Amino acid sequence: MSKVRVLVGTRKGAFILTSDGKREKWEVSGPHFAGWEIYHLKGSPVDPNRIYASQTSGWFGQIVQRSDDGGKTWLQPGTPPGEPIPTPGPPKSASNKFAYDVSAETGKPLTTHQWYDGTQHPWEFKRVWHFEPSLADADTVYAGVEDAAIFRSADGGENWKELSGLRGHGTGPQWQPGAGGMCLHTLILDPSNPQRMFIAISAAGAFRTDDGGMNWKPINRGLRSQYIPDPNAEVGHCVHHIAMNPKRPGVLFMQKHWDVMRSDDAGDNWTEVSGNLPTDFGFVIDIHAHEPETIYVVPIKSDSEHFVHEGKLRVFRSRTGGNEWEALTKGLPQKDCYVNVLRDAMAVDSLDKCGIYFGTTGGQVYCSSDAGDSWNAIVHDLPAVLSVEVQTLA
Amino acid sequence: MTPGSRKIRVVLPFHLRNLAHVGSELELEVAGPVTQRSVLDALEARYPMLRGAIRDHDTLQRRAFLRFFACEEDLSHESPDALLPDAVASGKEPFIVIGAIAGG
Repeated sequence: MSKVRVLVGTRKGAFILTSDGKREKWEVSGPHFAGWEIYHLKGSPVDPNRIYASQTSGWFGQIVQRSDDGGKTWLQPGTPPGEPIPTPGPPKSASNKFAYDVSAETGKPLTTHQWYDGTQHPWEFKRVWHFEPSLADADTVYAGVEDAAIFRSADGGENWKELSGLRGHGTGPQWQPGAGGMCLHTLILDPSNPQRMFIAISAAGAFRTDDGGMNWKPINRGLRSQYIPDPNAEVGHCVHHIAMNPKRPGVLFMQKHWDVMRSDDAGDNWTEVSGNLPTDFGFVIDIHAHEPETIYVVPIKSDSEHFVHEGKLRVFRSRTGGNEWEALTKGLPQKDCYVNVLRDAMAVDSLDKCGIYFGTTGGQVYCSSDAGDSWNAIVHDLPAVLSVEVQTLA
Repeated sequence: MTPGSRKIRVVLPFHLRNLAHVGSELELEVAGPVTQRSVLDALEARYPMLRGAIRDHDTLQRRAFLRFFACEEDLSHESPDALLPDAVASGKEPFIVIGAIAGG
């Protein structure tokens, strides 16, 4: 019988929630890495027992964790505990080393970006926001990091190399941090074209490569952001998240700072599909596993009030690819609720009856096993949830 | 013990102990002059998972929210090549890595 495994990253550790295909009874494992911020965990589609986790701290920096047994045990790639002193030997513990490329000519930083005061500022690594394991090889994984860049490891997370064509393609000096930092938070691999990837950066926008990460171009035509000097600029948009249904990779849905957007040409052009949403500010967006025109968002009151509208936790579903939205409320609190749902904190499983999952800053993780019609809290009282991913297991 | 080396006691904060899978205090062999640099070099060689968590990988600068103490003194702003107190070099007192009190 099928099973699901929900990987939850929180402000104070990681939790793993497992259930059978009914998704009624759950086992909770954790906290893993107690006390640390776990920005994201994601399993390899090639080997579901291979899970990558981003463990991070303002005090101690970035740690990369990996599990090869479905989250039961963890290791830092390349640095098993108690390893003898390497004398002589290669440098150890490169797994948490994310070194930005420098200019081949000058040896100086490849580029700088715009700082809050408008001056130029060098890139400084802060943390990994998102891991995206390869669709073809369990040892290959991409990392989206702050300050915004993409790195790749081909050895299970032991060593990381920047795909610096993204920062170096020309618009880098115009990028600037959003309130949460200048983070590359969304990373989507196209299953129909191994050379194509999409990424999104706050607050630079969306970008696409069609040659495996060597060259990138902004894909922000149609986005309109009132808070930047040129609302229609090529870059500078605060894209919060992008979702793609793997069965229809040319169609993308985006939750921008404000506005829910849609592209039918792999990001070349975007149109707004906010329609009748009560507010179109928000962070998460996701797509039904089997119905590519069915999409989900959680509207947030405003950019100044990061909690759900009217004290009601409502997921909005569109079955028409946007514009027409219905509120899904059954099983969700409809009064005195003031939580947020962060950008990587929604996911869908691929069981016949598609399951939808999301986590809140109040520490609840909700599951709907009927595509959003009704909801149950798997857990109520975790630390603030930063990310939710789901694995559908045979 | 290697000739010419000394046994140094080191105390790590809770999260680094967990990363390195060690107890509240550990012992290290340090060869040559006992300085912040030689102690941290030995620590990171023995526990490579701590690289980057105390000092930056490349610049070897102390991470901003960590402090180094010994003998009830804050040594965080001392030169990394300054000799540590004799009591640390003799193993009487530990070299302490401590996390700044901040956050929630």
